[in-house]
Formats: sequence, C-alpha cells, structure tokens
Amino acid sequence: MYSEKVMDHFENPRNVGVIEDASGVGTVGNPVCGDVMKIYLKIEDNIIKDVKFKTFGCASAIATSSMATELIKGKSVDEALNITNKAVAEALDGLPPVKMHCSVLAEEAIKAAIEDYKSKLK
Amino acid sequence: MNIRYFDNAATTRVDDDVIEYMIPYMKEVYFNPSSLYKPSIMVKKAVNDARERVAKAINANSSEIYFTSGGSESDNLAIKGFAYANRKKGNHLITSCIEHPAVINSMKSLEKEGFEVTYLSVDENGFISLDELERSIKENTILISVMFANNEIGTIEPIKKIGDIAKKYNICFHTDAVQAIGSVNVDVNDMNIDMLSLSGHKFYGPKGVGALFVRKGILINRLNDGGHQEKGKRSGTENVPGIVGLGYAIEKACNSVDENNKKISELRDYYIDRVLSEISDVKVNGDRTNRLPGNANISFKYVEGESILLRLDSKGVCVSTGSACSSLSLEPSYVLLSIGLSHELAHGSIRVSLGKHNTKEEVDYLVDVLKEVIGDLRKMSPLCEEE
Repeated sequence: MYSEKVMDHFENPRNVGVIEDASGVGTVGNPVCGDVMKIYLKIEDNIIKDVKFKTFGCASAIATSSMATELIKGKSVDEALNITNKAVAEALDGLPPVKMHCSVLAEEAIKAAIEDYKSKLK
Repeated sequence: MNIRYFDNAATTRVDDDVIEYMIPYMKEVYFNPSSLYKPSIMVKKAVNDARERVAKAINANSSEIYFTSGGSESDNLAIKGFAYANRKKGNHLITSCIEHPAVINSMKSLEKEGFEVTYLSVDENGFISLDELERSIKENTILISVMFANNEIGTIEPIKKIGDIAKKYNICFHTDAVQAIGSVNVDVNDMNIDMLSLSGHKFYGPKGVGALFVRKGILINRLNDGGHQEKGKRSGTENVPGIVGLGYAIEKACNSVDENNKKISELRDYYIDRVLSEISDVKVNGDRTNRLPGNANISFKYVEGESILLRLDSKGVCVSTGSACSSLSLEPSYVLLSIGLSHELAHGSIRVSLGKHNTKEEVDYLVDVLKEVIGDLRKMSPLCEEE
C-alpha cells in the first residue's frame, strides 16, 4: 500500500520533537478526523534553521510530517511557503489517493507555523 | 521473520487434517455431484455428509442446511430472500446498528425497495436492549436479524432471549453467527433461531464456503437464477472440496469448543490484564465477560490505530484496527462509535483475536512490542503534551 520511502519516514521519522523557544508554531487537523500535526520552526535571518514536529495520525500523516520538515529545513521562509502538498507526496514517491489529505495537512501545518512567526514579527 | 498472528477473527489457518480431507475431492473424486453416473454418487454422499455435520453442530436437521460461498452470501440470502418471499405478510424488519456490513447493507438495499428497517441501538458494551426490541415490533414486522457475536468488539448478544421474543410474536429470527460458530455452543432449537449464517474459514476451515440454516417451514426466495442445486435456493455447481472441508472443520471445532475456549479465554484475559496494568490511558471495548473467548479490543489514547498496526507489523505481529485510516472511508468503525466511543478513541483501537494456535509466549511478545510501539508513538503525539 505504501512506498518504501513512506515506510522509511514512518518507521524512522526525522525531526520529531519540540522547539522550546520556537519562532513559530502551527497546529492543524483534528483528533476527530484522526490527524493532528504540530510544526515548530526556529527562524533566523528569514532562514528556517531548525524544525521539529509532533503528529497524531496514521503512517502517511507521520511520513508526510517527517518529509515536510526535511524539505523546509535550511530553506528561506518564502521557499518554505512555496512547498505544495504535491511536492511532499512526490518526495515520498507518492501516496495512496485516500491518503493525499495527509500531504495537504503537512502543507497547511508549515503555512500555519510561518503565519504564526509572521504575526509575532508585527 | 516469525509471524505472530492475532487476527483470527479475520480468518484462521486451515487445519492440516481438513486440507487432507479436502484434497481427494479435487483429485480422484472431482465429479459433479449432480451427475448421474456412479462416481458422482460418492461426491453427492460427501456433500450430504457435510450437510449432516453442519446440522449436528447447531442441532438442526440436515434438510435445513444450504451451502453458500460464505457468511456474506448467507446473510444476503437469508435477509433478502426472506423479505422477498414474505413481503405480503409485512415489510418491516428489525436489526441492530452494529451488524456486519453484509447485514447492514442488505437492509439498506431493502429500504431502497420500500421495506422499512429499524436499527436497534446498543449500550456501551454493545448489547441491544430487549425492551427496545420488543417496543420496535409492529403488526407488519416480519424479520428480526441480530448477530450472535460482534466481529469487532466480541460482545455476545442475548440470542436465546431474542429468540424467545421472536417466537412470542411469531416473527422470523435470523442471526449472523459467523464469529460465534466454533467459539460458542449454538443450538438453533433451544435458542429459537429460524435462520443462521456461518462461514468456513472462521473455524480453521476453508475460505469461500459457508452455510445458511433455514428452519423447515420458513420460506426464502433464491437470489441468483440457475440450476436446481441446494433445492433451488442456491444455484451453481457445489464447491465440493470447500463443502466437505467445512463439514469436517465444523465438526472438529464444535467438538472442542469447551476445551479451546478455556485456553483461549484465559489467554485473552491475560493479555487484557497485562495491557491494563502496564500501559496507561487505555480502554477495553466491549463487555469484559460476555464476549467471544478470543476477542480483545482495546483503545490506546493519543495514538492512531493504523500507525500502531503498521509498527506492530514491522515486528511480525498481525492485528487489526477500527481506525478510519485503515479503511477507504475516513470514518472510524461504526461499531465503536455505536458503543459511544469518541472518534479519537475509535481511531486508536486495536483488535486482537486469539485462536487455538496462540501461546502465552506469543502474547508476552505482543504486549512487550505493544508497550514499545505505544510509547514511541505517544512521544510523537501532540495530543499527549496537552493533557
């Protein structure tokens, strides 16, 4: 059902954890739906220096969180904002159609965390 | 890798002697039981022997047993076949909200055709209310269909009491006993059951074969058109190897119900007790005592079932889950929601179904691995930190 990459990121997720003094935190999803993603960003000079996540959800929710954090680490805020759910899914060698919403959640979590960061700047 | 199999409610391993018993009916005695020459007579006899064995296992008469392709077909044939044949008497049917999809979806099809269906609610342990059942009966009620034991949470319904109510009002009573046969003693006469569905692969028999008991005098319509097989109620050349295998397996299973149940239910209680004492924030779903001997359904708070299942799978452990993420819909198990579980708890449910081959060592391994997996996933869960 899942690609080897999905299984790898599910079994050995990258960047799990929290950042205590995060520049921005984004939480999306709902336990009722079975997925909650929380992404923590450490941003310096407009660059994402560090990123951590915590996810409640199925294997693809965990794998997309893990892959999304890898894709944005070291990138500028604008580059991170341009990452689409499709890019996350493609980086994982695809997701089953019924699981594509997990990648949408990952994209939304990144955006929510960056929004939180921007709102704090104001 | 060594596979530790804890999904016996999904299917069981066919016993070696059952396989041995089936093989000649594919090799030397492959004849069509409907043919008239002598070699076919042996085959016809074997099918009828199997029919006798099924009848004996549930205390029915062999003329009341019809072979089908499995539990789902038996449920369809019983419910739709009965509804079509008895429409003149009434068009109201009663069932429960935690039935197998074969029953629920048969009912839904009938609703589209103008039948009226009452879906009985269940309490927090999955039991229907006998009061609600009796209150739901109307002048035009023709059929009550309530499962013997639930496939997800293992709850055993008060079948004899339901049968008594059905008899009192002269209403036909069907039960889907797919999960019960081989695990619980079943007596269609004592329990006033008029129709009963069963499936071979749940009691160490072959897949693709089942049976329907229809009490003498109960009328059902055939659902598929064809030849005269199974007294015209189920056309199509008989699955002879499957039927003889089912017959052999049901006799064996029913002869050892008590012995197997003692061992299996002890193992189940050992599993549940270990989980309750060694893993925090868990909930046992279904009744602690009145449940199938092998069934243990537990929700693990803050984590999601598919993740648990796949992490266990990578350690060679096979279980199932009521989480939405394991299915094609995005809704978690309707059975778990019906017993009042929150969506979150339903998403975190894991069903372990033990069988006669499971050992204490395997259960110990399961609990050890489960502790590790739950701990790992909880460390990753944002829901844990909020509490």
